[in-house]
Amino acid sequence: MNPFATLARLVDEAPRRALLLLAALVAVLLVAPVALDRYLLSVFFLIFWFATVGQAWNIMMGFCGQLSLGHALYVGLGGYVGALLWVKFGISPAIAIVPAMLVAMAFGAVIGWLGFRFGIEGVYFALLTIAFAEVARIGFDNWSFVGGAAGFFIPVSAAASPVNLRGGPMLFYYVALAMMIIAFILCAALRRSRLGHAWLAVREDAEAARALGIDVFRAKMAAVVISAAMTAVAGVVYGFYQNNLFPSQTFDIARSIEMILAPIIGGLGTLFGPILGAFILTPLGQILIALVEKIAGRAIPGVNLVFYGAALMVIIWFTPNGVWPWLKKKLGIPEGRE
Amino acid sequence: MLWSLYANVLVQGVLTGLVYGLMALGLSVIFGVVRVVNFAHGEFAVVGMYAAFVLFRSFGIDPFLSMLPIAAAFFVIGYGLQRTLINPFVSRPEHEQFILLVGLAIIMVNGTLMIFGPDARSANLPYSFDSWEIGTIIVDKVRVYAAIAALAVAALLFAFFRFTATGVAIRACADNLVGAAVVGLDVKKLYALTFGLGLACVGAAGALMVTLTDATPMIAPAFTLLAFTIVIIGGMGSMTGAIVGGLLIGIAEAMASVLIAPSMKTMASFGLLVLVLALRPQGLLGRRA
Repeated sequence: MNPFATLARLVDEAPRRALLLLAALVAVLLVAPVALDRYLLSVFFLIFWFATVGQAWNIMMGFCGQLSLGHALYVGLGGYVGALLWVKFGISPAIAIVPAMLVAMAFGAVIGWLGFRFGIEGVYFALLTIAFAEVARIGFDNWSFVGGAAGFFIPVSAAASPVNLRGGPMLFYYVALAMMIIAFILCAALRRSRLGHAWLAVREDAEAARALGIDVFRAKMAAVVISAAMTAVAGVVYGFYQNNLFPSQTFDIARSIEMILAPIIGGLGTLFGPILGAFILTPLGQILIALVEKIAGRAIPGVNLVFYGAALMVIIWFTPNGVWPWLKKKLGIPEGRE
Repeated sequence: MLWSLYANVLVQGVLTGLVYGLMALGLSVIFGVVRVVNFAHGEFAVVGMYAAFVLFRSFGIDPFLSMLPIAAAFFVIGYGLQRTLINPFVSRPEHEQFILLVGLAIIMVNGTLMIFGPDARSANLPYSFDSWEIGTIIVDKVRVYAAIAALAVAALLFAFFRFTATGVAIRACADNLVGAAVVGLDVKKLYALTFGLGLACVGAAGALMVTLTDATPMIAPAFTLLAFTIVIIGGMGSMTGAIVGGLLIGIAEAMASVLIAPSMKTMASFGLLVLVLALRPQGLLGRRA
């Protein structure tokens, strides 16, 4: 598959109006940092980051119908591999994303093999993914080489260069933006590929897909492995953005859940869903924190999350398919097109 | 010497495991009948813990007594929840149910955090540190009481499903939903009853849990996972399986925390989970769906 040809075809197939709108949006995002302060840059970083991992998770759940509730595992693995190689061996994260992806893919393959070989599906499979993330959390908590529970730190000063992901919020803004755009294009290409159609078939009816000659096991494995690799790249970036990694936060189930909210709220299985969801949820969370501080005069732990939980319930109650399909209808984009 | 250590750990594991089993029983009953995984299960357990804690601290009501009104209150809450919030989601896809209940769980855990703060609260019963010595084995009294109470509640539930008309009707819904509807059973009402019963179990288990361990809001997701793991090990929807799974996890956790390291507790239960999923995916006592 020639990536450029695929890209050209993607552009050809999209309606002109949508392309113009998309190009305008990207242009705005490209120049936006001029007008943004540090805080807003960090909010946008989070939006792009959650859109990226949401896109990765969407491959598994949205395309292939396999519910993973342990995607924090791949973030953590990516983050730790990237940070370790940089701090202990001086290998640039630009290179380290390759081993980070490979490690995450290996773990994804083990989980997938365990799950799909034995016909573990739905909530059972979801629990298996949680279990692996939890085991990794405890393992890293007790592994002194990576700092254990006390965390692993990336020094801020060492060899400051954008290639080594050492820089200010502006750098991370653009890195995350690039990540989000690449993830989007990749997912768009994947969904139109033969594999993408196999995934959709497996999602809709695995038995029928098998009858059509689709290797269901291989399709599912491909989904896990590709999704893990994409998430690991985001993990590397996240580790360098934070400058520290704590097993109790990085591999937390709460993180896994946070990661999957954007694609579900935005629209499962759609290409714009994860991005739209991230643009809705991340600012919502930030606004709630700020609002509570303003009203109460201090931060009350938990208040914003109570609203967050309520927002989730309301959104899933009224728009079970996510916001994007609803918005698509409003924008007059015909069915079957993104 | 070593053998008495093993025996002590084993006994402790069995007693704690029975309380775990009761908590998981609630999840299993709900899943077995309503086909919804209650992802807010651990959160309900924690609310039960705090309810027992408050009743004990403010009114001096022993958790072994207050578990009854707590279970009753949780039954009403469960009935209402199923009727209003959950029932419209019964036929919706799994991930939508998941989001709904995760939303509920987030509200519950952070609501508890707002009211009680993040600190661990312990009930400090007057007989917390009493124990019996049987040979070289030392048995905590509270653990024995909690285990007996858990068994009693579980036995009541078993009896309800076996001997009462309503219990049989609920089992009919679980076995064959269409058939149950055809013979005129009020499925919605039975679902609500089941959800109520499931929450009553977890409420009672929460009240018992407060006698064994400190209550903190942040433990809730771990409880959800624990109950979920137990139910899958025992077999989704199997009531005996939930108790057996609880026992196994209780023993595995106790063994791992004493013999390896306390932090390895969770590792042991997930190890067990992976083993069961690989060798017998339907769970030890489960039927293949």
